[in-house]
Amino acid sequence: MGLAVVLALLVAPEDADQGISQRIFYLHVPVALTAYFCFGLGAWKALRLLSTGEQRYDLESYVAIHQGTIFGSLTLITGSIWAKASWGVWWTWSSNQLVLFLVLFLFYCAYFMLRFSIEDGPRRARSSAVYALFGVALIPVSFLAIRLAEDFIHPTVFTREGPQMTGTMFLAFCVAWVAVTLLAYVLYRVELAGKRLDIALRELREATS
Amino acid sequence: MIVARGLERRYGGRRVLAGVDLVVQPDDVVLVTGPNGSGKTTLLRILAGLVAPTRGELELAIDRSRIGFVGHEPLVYRELTALENLDLFGRLYRVPERRERIGMLLERFGLWDVRAVRVSEYSRGMAQRLALCRALLHDPDLLLLDEPHASLDAAGAALLDEELARLARGRALVVATHEPERLSALAPRRLALT
Amino acid sequence: MTYVSDVVALTRKDLRVELRARDTLPAMLLFVLSTLVVFHFALPAGTGATAAYGLLWVAIVFTALLGLSRAWVPEAEHGVLDGLVLAPCDRSAIWLGKTLATLAFLLAAQVVALPAFVLFFAPLDATALAGVLLADVGICAIGSLLAAMAAAGRARELLLPLLVLPLAIPLVVGGVGSAVSDDGGRFLLFLLLYDGVFAVLSWASFEYVITE
Repeated sequence: MGLAVVLALLVAPEDADQGISQRIFYLHVPVALTAYFCFGLGAWKALRLLSTGEQRYDLESYVAIHQGTIFGSLTLITGSIWAKASWGVWWTWSSNQLVLFLVLFLFYCAYFMLRFSIEDGPRRARSSAVYALFGVALIPVSFLAIRLAEDFIHPTVFTREGPQMTGTMFLAFCVAWVAVTLLAYVLYRVELAGKRLDIALRELREATS
Repeated sequence: MIVARGLERRYGGRRVLAGVDLVVQPDDVVLVTGPNGSGKTTLLRILAGLVAPTRGELELAIDRSRIGFVGHEPLVYRELTALENLDLFGRLYRVPERRERIGMLLERFGLWDVRAVRVSEYSRGMAQRLALCRALLHDPDLLLLDEPHASLDAAGAALLDEELARLARGRALVVATHEPERLSALAPRRLALT
Repeated sequence: MTYVSDVVALTRKDLRVELRARDTLPAMLLFVLSTLVVFHFALPAGTGATAAYGLLWVAIVFTALLGLSRAWVPEAEHGVLDGLVLAPCDRSAIWLGKTLATLAFLLAAQVVALPAFVLFFAPLDATALAGVLLADVGICAIGSLLAAMAAAGRARELLLPLLVLPLAIPLVVGGVGSAVSDDGGRFLLFLLLYDGVFAVLSWASFEYVITE
């Protein structure tokens, strides 16, 4: 993580067009990719739950999606800062990535609402799992929809032929990506361990009472 | 036909059914007794396959489609008539010679004259008798009844006792009830939940 | 073949229940017409037809939500859903029957609403109508599943729109695109893709959400 910060801030050459603001790219894109990865992991665990019926996958799926939502929110925030730095506005509908994350953010907030409203048990686990699977189907479908919507919402305002990344930029990007993924994994394990401890404690308390 | 070991069910942190063992043989009559909240309904719903146990094992040596279930509620559409309800469920249960079977059941439970009346206009007792018709449509080998006397008047309850005596021949009954003495003629086994 | 006859029996039952109770369809009709009138006042003069098409889609989505929120009410009364789950029929047939019935109500509401839209605001061509039809299929397919899911929760009326709306965004894109774009065919294709993906997903997952 530290190495990633050093590389991103000091080593990678500045982008000629965007200057210092471009450096947030090294945070924004890895965070976004990690969020996708977490949502994917949550859906995979959900699929395992539905196929095996083992309840432990419910918690794993929930924690993965929780992490995904945290990283998704971070993507929105870093993306918003980037938009402010490069275009002078906090929000722009012309960034497909940002719009997609807004849709996903709404979707996964609804996922948490669903979980809170159904009583704990196998039914909640299965309903949440089904909704999580809808989520991974929604990601490509929404992406396609947002691309299509450009057609009538803002016909080609920005042509983005991004500059090619140089060797050091690419290296910095990869290190940042690995660092963020590791961070997500550690957070995932920590939250999972915490939640499992909670459940074990509750069962223990019931058993003794 | 049923072997259940250590059935347990939790809702959230609440345990509504704790460690129940039950064996049901064909021709058995089992009365499930116990105070309100002891898990009678949950046990029957687990046996019917409506609720999965949180813990424990349930072995069914009988196809799910051979089970009949009478719950607290009649499980029929309010806005449909008795005939329409039974026709729909008869289709879904693949009942052979549906029309004749439905007519016979409606006669037997005294609902033939109101067969074209919507269930929403039925009294609770009539709805309960229709629920029995619905549960018996496919001539099940195992009949699960959750407090079948609850909403019946004296005449209806007497009719039900007669019917249950008839039904007990050649099939297994599991009855959750507050009035076990009503069915003592069937020489039942008792399962007391606490 | 029994699958088809199960679905037909279940759909016909829903139509019959609605014909008797008249709970849902009149409400949907009145809602969509009122919304169109509200739009007249919400659209400043000179905004043109394009904005009206956008608002038409808002009306369609919320009318569908209104119908979907009532979709499982007949089953919630008297514990009928238990009765259906106990039956040895394929559980996805229950979903398909409900989807078709909801679709029928939505189409019936639109038979009145779309001519009213043309009369009040702007014309609709064949592509736009095809877009409405395809989006209807999509929203009913996911909606009848999500409504069954929401019915198990505490605040089911509140929950359903929250569950459906993020999933309905691509449908709105497809629908508006088919009405306003020069190349509407692309959007129809997209809606077809959406319907395919989510109908299969809902069909396959329904049995997991209705049992405890």
